[in-house]
Amino acid sequence: MLGFAQLFASRLVKALAILIAIVVMNFFLVHAAPGDPAMVMAGEAGAADEKFVEQLRQQFGLDRPLHEQLATYVGKIAQGDLGFSYRQQRPVWDILAERLPATLILTLTAFLLALAAGVALGTLAAITVGTWADSAITVVALLAYATPIYWIGLMLSLLFSIQLGWLPAFGYETIGAGYTGLAHAADVAQHLILPVITLALFYMAGYARLTRASMLEVRGQDFVKTAKAKGLSQSHIVTRHVLRNAILPVITVAGIQAGQLVGGSILIETVFAWPGIGRLAFEAVLQRDYQVLLGIFLVTSVMVILFNILTDILYGIVDPRIQAAR
Amino acid sequence: MTVPLLDVRGLSIALPPGADRPLAVDNLTFTLNANEILCVVGESGSGKSMTAHAMMGLLPHPHVRVSAGSLLFKGRDVLTMPEAEQRSLRGGRIAMVFQEPMTALNPLMRVGRQIGESLRAHTPLPAPARHARVVELLDQVGLPNPAELADAYPFRLSGGQRQRVMIAMALACQPDILIADEPTTALDVTTQKQILDLIRAIQAERHMGMMFITHDFGVVAEIAHRVAVMRHGKLVEYGAAGDVLNRPQHPYTRQLIASVPHYIEHRDDHAKSGAPLLVAEKVRKTFHVGGGLFRKSKPVVAGDDLSLTIHPGETVGLVGESGSGKSTLGRSIVGLIKPDSGRILFEGTDLLSLDAKGFRPYRRRVQMVFQDPYASLNPRHRIGDIIAQGPVAFGEDRNKALKRARELLAMVGLDGSAADRFPHEFSGGQRQRVGIARALAMEPKLLVADEPVSALDVSVQGQVLELLDDIRKRLGLAMLFITHDLRVAAQVCDTIAVMRRGKIVEMGTSRQVFTHPRDAYTRTLLDAIPGKAWHIPDDLQKAPVVGAAS
Repeated sequence: MLGFAQLFASRLVKALAILIAIVVMNFFLVHAAPGDPAMVMAGEAGAADEKFVEQLRQQFGLDRPLHEQLATYVGKIAQGDLGFSYRQQRPVWDILAERLPATLILTLTAFLLALAAGVALGTLAAITVGTWADSAITVVALLAYATPIYWIGLMLSLLFSIQLGWLPAFGYETIGAGYTGLAHAADVAQHLILPVITLALFYMAGYARLTRASMLEVRGQDFVKTAKAKGLSQSHIVTRHVLRNAILPVITVAGIQAGQLVGGSILIETVFAWPGIGRLAFEAVLQRDYQVLLGIFLVTSVMVILFNILTDILYGIVDPRIQAAR
Repeated sequence: MTVPLLDVRGLSIALPPGADRPLAVDNLTFTLNANEILCVVGESGSGKSMTAHAMMGLLPHPHVRVSAGSLLFKGRDVLTMPEAEQRSLRGGRIAMVFQEPMTALNPLMRVGRQIGESLRAHTPLPAPARHARVVELLDQVGLPNPAELADAYPFRLSGGQRQRVMIAMALACQPDILIADEPTTALDVTTQKQILDLIRAIQAERHMGMMFITHDFGVVAEIAHRVAVMRHGKLVEYGAAGDVLNRPQHPYTRQLIASVPHYIEHRDDHAKSGAPLLVAEKVRKTFHVGGGLFRKSKPVVAGDDLSLTIHPGETVGLVGESGSGKSTLGRSIVGLIKPDSGRILFEGTDLLSLDAKGFRPYRRRVQMVFQDPYASLNPRHRIGDIIAQGPVAFGEDRNKALKRARELLAMVGLDGSAADRFPHEFSGGQRQRVGIARALAMEPKLLVADEPVSALDVSVQGQVLELLDDIRKRLGLAMLFITHDLRVAAQVCDTIAVMRRGKIVEMGTSRQVFTHPRDAYTRTLLDAIPGKAWHIPDDLQKAPVVGAAS
């Protein structure tokens, strides 16, 4: 267990170093933008005479040496101050805090669904390899993987909300309904179904293919032969010996994708008008709202780092050799 | 008349269409009684493992299947039993130990649980009783701290320990028949001896019927009661161990026994002449394992104070078990590894003091033959190109180099037309000949051969050793011959250095090392050679090696 704590601590220290590097890069990105931030702010505020810009520069310390500015910036970030969006007239952190839950609930649900369904389908395909069931799963996975994700989204909403009228076509909740408590949760869940399925289908296809290939490879290994020679039942061999080993590459890939997913899925959030980080980023780019963009950049980086740590820990639990190799 | 424990009658196993022969096993008949060890001997592809797999229901379904015959266990045909009943036999009444202990255990499951699975499948024991039984089994196979070991993952154990775990697993349900498929082939010679002793003791104690599959007649001499020799799926000789070993009838059996390396006959001492070709002085190499941002790496000493001299025309054997550092020294001489300290003098020049450019001319003069003939030839290149590449890289005209490649192929006993073909069209022995031709193309003075025959069947092994010896004599080559097999070293080496844990513990002429070993470890190694009490029949001791192309 000591090895485990050590592993966690060393991962955390590395993550902190990466985070600092990202913050510093963020700072230089602002300075790389054409004109200085004061010009941008002045532009956004609507008045751009030389005196006002000079005043802004003094007010925000932009006339100070670069390293002093960097120190101030890093200090602010450390206090959780991500700056102020003049475009929206609100602190960046408030904007992000409002959007983050919607993204998390959408992407995490989709991710877990994709993982569970993908591994299950991949396993099924591997144990029925060469039969019609295997072919069917492989074809469906290929289709889901190859079809553009927004098109699937559009078709699903065309079918289920416009034709059949079963589910809402867009949005996070029914606006103006004023639901509270359980009713509100049910309302959000209903809105969640289509975007989650759309997003999950794509990732599920990947996991299914990966699981199938990995299972087929593990199935040929010596220890599976040992398990058969012990007289174990087929289902026991598949779950305890084959799947457990075959899941390792799936964890690696899923860990990388989980981080990216939480960064928001711009396409899905746009198609379903989902008020999440992805759509916020899209809007911020169109509006050249640098402060918000940088805030999103930082938050998503943190998410990627967090999921990488989680993946590493999970991997350490599943594969005992990982801890020993350190 | 009692019913034999196992009665195999006319067993045939069909291979899928397009295989090199229609039947993997062809009309095989033999019996196995209780309290008996039957050794099934044959080279790779003889169908010996297939037979065992058929018994355990492990044939790669549905491509390979039993096409005729029956497998009677205590009078009942295993092949026609319902699947559930077959499963209860498997691991219950008939258990199996495999060749590769490194891969035969699930890497993600504690070894105690892996043994416990067998008990869970075949006995009604509750969990605490199962655990107690697992610890007892681990103790019986001679593992230290069985209670702790049950909670270990396989990667913590050495090869020998893993094989003991496999044996414990096979014994879990007190089987009537134990099938062991080359259980000691992947192990070091001293470990092999321990495992063989253990298997023999357990078999005698429990009066099991045992089918022991091997390619090594030394092992056969060590443990067999009866012997079955297989070739190309057919049983060619079958009888009591004493008869088959000492009075073999079938020509194939005779050939196999003749190609067993025997160390009774070794060559005359080599007359050292002239200045040494290569001198290694106090070579030291430490590898660092693991380590990262916050952790210190673990140093592993692979070579410590290694000193060695090779004279022109001399063959020096470097003998040791896995991890002894013998390959590290070989690779240092060829320049694949840079030692931490020491000197390697080639004709007086210290190779370690040279930079990459200065070292280049020496790459020609020292060439290497690798262990695995399957992995060491680029599968996408033609044989001719593989051989010519080296000289071409050193500025030789391509056509000239290709012409020379054909000559070299003839020299190593292959047809010149082989130059236009790809490696996959050749057998292991033929590929190793190509590997030797490739090394010779550079016109080296010193050949470093790292386990050149250990991946080959015994009859092919004999031919390749013969070839190496012949070429060495014809071209006046010096050779550093790295091997784990003392019997092979005895056949080809003038001088032998024995390595253990990164150190050379003994060095002397072959005759001296074999007849008057000074170091205790050398004696242990000699003592561990399987079948040393068996005297190869006189008329087979100097049998000519059959055929040139293997």
